[in-house]
Amino acid sequence: MNKFKTSSNTSQEIPMAALPDIIFMLLFFFMVTTVVRPNEILVKQQLPSATQLKKVEKKSLVANFNIGAPKNVHQYGTEPKIQCNDVFIATRQIPQQVEEARAKLSEPEKDKLTIALKIDEEVKMGIVSDVETQLKEVNALKIIYNSVKPQ
Amino acid sequence: MKNQTKRGRPQLNTGSMADIAFLLLIFFLVTMTINTDKGLMMRLPPKPDQPLDMEIHERNLFKILLNSHDQVMVEDKLLDNMTGLRQDIIDFVLNRGKDENSSDSPEKAVVSIKTNRGTSYKQYIKILDEVQAAYFEVYAERAGVTPEIFRALDHRDPKQKALYLKARKGIPMNISIAKPSN
Repeated sequence: MNKFKTSSNTSQEIPMAALPDIIFMLLFFFMVTTVVRPNEILVKQQLPSATQLKKVEKKSLVANFNIGAPKNVHQYGTEPKIQCNDVFIATRQIPQQVEEARAKLSEPEKDKLTIALKIDEEVKMGIVSDVETQLKEVNALKIIYNSVKPQ
Repeated sequence: MKNQTKRGRPQLNTGSMADIAFLLLIFFLVTMTINTDKGLMMRLPPKPDQPLDMEIHERNLFKILLNSHDQVMVEDKLLDNMTGLRQDIIDFVLNRGKDENSSDSPEKAVVSIKTNRGTSYKQYIKILDEVQAAYFEVYAERAGVTPEIFRALDHRDPKQKALYLKARKGIPMNISIAKPSN
C-alpha cells in the first residue's frame, strides 16, 4: 500500500508568484498591438476648434473624408489631398466613394448618410468647395465638419 | 535534509500588485483619446438643376465675406474682432421687421457666408461656428435650456425631439454657403 508513497515533504503546489507578471506581459502585448483606429491617416490632421459641436448620432451612417497636406511629403508633395479608406482619391472620384458607402446601408438609411469631413485647419477653402460640389452631385447633403473643442 | 525542507521557498509579497495594475489602468484610461465624431453639422444646398429665381431681398440677407487674407467683412464693414458678431446675427434674425435694414422675419432671414478659394478653412470654421452659435442661442432661449443642452438633445427620444422641433419652428437655420470666388 505504501509502495508508492515517497517520504518527501516538499510541496506539490505550482508556484503562483509569477502569475501576475505573466498577466502583465499579456496586458502590455495587447496594449501595444491593439490599433484603436483601423485605417491609417495619411494626411496631416489638425482639426479646427469650434464650440457648437454636435455628436454624430449613428456611427454606421458616416462616411469619412480626410483632407490635408500629405504626411509623406517626398512621395506625395505638399498640396492638400483627399483621403478616403486608406487611399488618396481625386476630387472626381468622390461621387463613386459616396455611392459605395451608400451601397452598404439598408434602404431606409440610404438618405441618412452623413459625410464627415475631417479637414486640416491649414487647408484652403478652394479644395473644400470642390469637394462640396462633388457631394452635391450625388445628393449627399448632410455633412459634418469635424472639429475639436477648444482647449 | 531536515533543515532544507523547513526553510521552504521564499514568498513574494504580491499584495501591491493590484495597486500597480490599477495605476497602469488609470494611466492608459486618461491618456487614451477615443476618437469621437464631433463637429459642426451642416446641410448643403441641393445641386442647382435650374437657376434659382427665388429672389432674396437685400434686407433679408446677412452677408459675411472672407477674403484670401482671412479678413472678414460683415454687411460691407470690415470686422476686426469677432465678439460682436454673434449678437449682430441674433439681432438680425429676430428683427421681425423692426429695423428696416434688417430682416423681415426669422423665416426669411438668411446668413450668407462667401469665401474665397484662398480663405483658410480654420477661419471659415470660426465664422461658421459663430453663426451656428447665434442660432443655437436663439433656439435654446425658446426651449428654455442652455445652448449646450439644446445641442445635446437626443433625436431618438420623442420628447426631446419635440422640444427641438418646437424651438426651431419658424426659425430655420438658413446658412448659405456661397460658391467661393477665385
